[in-house]
Amino acid sequence: MLELVHFQILSAALFSIGIFGVLARRSAVLVLISIEIMLNAVNVNLVGIAAFSDRAADVRVFGQILVVFIITIAAAEIGLALAIVLRVFRNRGSANVDELNVMKW
Amino acid sequence: MTAQLVVFYLLGAITVLSSLGVVLTRNVVHAAFMLLVALLAVAGIFLVAVAEFLALAQILIYGGAVTVVVLFAIMLTRTDDQPRADHSQRPLAALAAIGVFALLVVAFVASDVANLESATGVATDAETGFENLALGLFTDWAIPFEMASLVLLVALIGAIMLARNVEDGE
Repeated sequence: MLELVHFQILSAALFSIGIFGVLARRSAVLVLISIEIMLNAVNVNLVGIAAFSDRAADVRVFGQILVVFIITIAAAEIGLALAIVLRVFRNRGSANVDELNVMKW
Repeated sequence: MTAQLVVFYLLGAITVLSSLGVVLTRNVVHAAFMLLVALLAVAGIFLVAVAEFLALAQILIYGGAVTVVVLFAIMLTRTDDQPRADHSQRPLAALAAIGVFALLVVAFVASDVANLESATGVATDAETGFENLALGLFTDWAIPFEMASLVLLVALIGAIMLARNVEDGE
């Protein structure tokens, strides 16, 4: 029997994988990809709770509506962030996060 | 073991394994393609949870747009020498990830959200179909929905301004 906890554990696994990617990768593009994985973990969690909630149908669908907004913001984020990465690469010849230490105090 | 559970385990395994591939592979292009596999498997998970619209949106936006944009970025930021893909802080990152995973699983199992709501199982198609989603989006959530489209427009104009070649422009 499929239960809510299955969705939650899948979501936790995806989120931890994303955290590992963000912390371990050097390329800024790979860091952004890992952030996408973390956003998808959140979506899996929200969709699972929306499917298993015992509220009325027009209330439980709010979980899915939140996912619509997260997907929108994620699309805006990845477009803008990749444009910034491109600009940084053109200016500095590198897109590795450990070499971008201009603003490091 | 119901068929639903088998499908969920299969899709979950594909998602987790290809996500691990994304963060572990040394080849950047392979990482982008494994991200595509992971995101399509998440679309399948959405279908198991009876969220058809989200599954379609996931395939269109992530499978189509985001992967292509990421691939373009990878091609454009490529340098000749293939440097090591990971930080020296990789073991610490693994430790942090495992710690977060353990914490989340303990919290999910201990809090037992499912029983708080006395859930009875996955909602049927009629209960959370397109109709309720559309009604919610265009009544209670109409203003946030329009704001989200405005945010997307502004972000994409900003992205064009940033990525444009200034020397060519003026």
